[in-house]
Amino acid sequence: MTRIRFQQSLEDLKENLLVMAGLAEQAIQRAIEAYRVRDLSICDLVNRSEIAINRMERDIDQAALDLLAMEQPMAIDLRFILSVIKINADLERVGDSAKSISDRVRSMELLAVADLPVDIPRMANLAADMVRKSLQSFIEGDAELARGVLTMDDAVDAMNRAAYKSLTKVMEEQSHLAAQALNALMICRSLERVADHATNIAEDVIFWVQGTDVRHHKSIAKAEAKSQVV
Amino acid sequence: MGVGIEVSNLNAWYGTNHTLQDINLNIPANHATALIGPSGCGKSTFVRCLNRMHETNPIARVTGSVRIGDLDIYADAKPVEIRRRVGMVFQRPNPFPTMSIYDNVAAGLKLNGFSNRRELDEIVEKSLKNSALWDEVKDDLKKKSGASLSGGQQQRLCIARALAVDPEVLLMDEPASALDPVSTSKIEDLIFQLKSQYTIVIVTHNMQQAARVAEKTGFFLNGRMVEFDSTHKIFTNPSDKRTEDYITGRFG
Repeated sequence: MTRIRFQQSLEDLKENLLVMAGLAEQAIQRAIEAYRVRDLSICDLVNRSEIAINRMERDIDQAALDLLAMEQPMAIDLRFILSVIKINADLERVGDSAKSISDRVRSMELLAVADLPVDIPRMANLAADMVRKSLQSFIEGDAELARGVLTMDDAVDAMNRAAYKSLTKVMEEQSHLAAQALNALMICRSLERVADHATNIAEDVIFWVQGTDVRHHKSIAKAEAKSQVV
Repeated sequence: MGVGIEVSNLNAWYGTNHTLQDINLNIPANHATALIGPSGCGKSTFVRCLNRMHETNPIARVTGSVRIGDLDIYADAKPVEIRRRVGMVFQRPNPFPTMSIYDNVAAGLKLNGFSNRRELDEIVEKSLKNSALWDEVKDDLKKKSGASLSGGQQQRLCIARALAVDPEVLLMDEPASALDPVSTSKIEDLIFQLKSQYTIVIVTHNMQQAARVAEKTGFFLNGRMVEFDSTHKIFTNPSDKRTEDYITGRFG
């Protein structure tokens, strides 16, 4: 083994990203818990996590940039660093989404608890599971596990669409619950974004491990099929 | 214009040392092809087989075939003719130290009996322009010796000397490894320009250089060609684990 220092730096980069991943995962779980029990002290913890996540995002980007400039990585090492940079951005946005959810919980403080036709805990569990699995695939360099995450995104999208439909109906028909329904809708939107970030992370893991770019395959294939018809 | 190179079942020996084993390769015309690999892997021996330079060593032996365009260089050509068609530039610039800049470039032509003064002037000027050296030396062509130039200029002079005999293929064995970054960059720019007119094969230890200048890259290891593919594929997602281990610095 040569380039020992470089290999050590790659290990350090991975370790730091995993610390940040832990913070982001914890932030989203806390935000969901804050919603479930309507506890503002948990919202404070989410806010604090977000500051730490933002700081780590900058540090990780800087470390990745240094490695690109100093070590001129190739092949799997180059793909790894590119993936780290992108996963880093996705984790930061997971942190942002957690904060958005906790902001919604705060704004719900003075509102009466309403029984809304949406299963936010179920959607939250699915999104959190996607984050967990995408990060597990990163830890283990497991492209198959990452591919499994991609198939989960459709379910979250479907839940978000259903939530939109049922919650707009509540806003139309039960105007006294409009504020609660709007908050719930925004939380669903944040969870849908969290699932998208988990999908991005899984795609980056596949690119790192296999060198295959699986992004936007469905939409590109659909557009191509459409253009062939025209 | 450059021509393609077709290498079939090429084997080479130095004494009992089997330095190249069953190399099969098609090098495309008018492209730059980089050869990479650890020291002693056979890449320099390989390029020396492409203009029969290898056989100048008395203990060396070659089997197999190398076709440069329509010419089978081991079957039906004389070494002098081959080396006219296949120019070579070495790691260390080697201008003739006592000759002027002009005579360095004209040396190959004169050796081939070329004596028309006006045409010689034109070829020297064209070759120096093609090697991006003309503007720097045009006022001192016959006053200064080749050895008076800087290392980078000397290397470009050697390229001009190789171009003067109008080759189809240009072999470069680590042409920039003894040069500073600015001179290296000039040589790389030059390779980029020249490849539209010549087929270029470059041996390099500098992976980034291979990635910058070549469309195709071959990885040699222990006398064998492990992988030959587009440079993009080799440096982003090679097929063979040994290639990946080498280019990522895990061995070599």
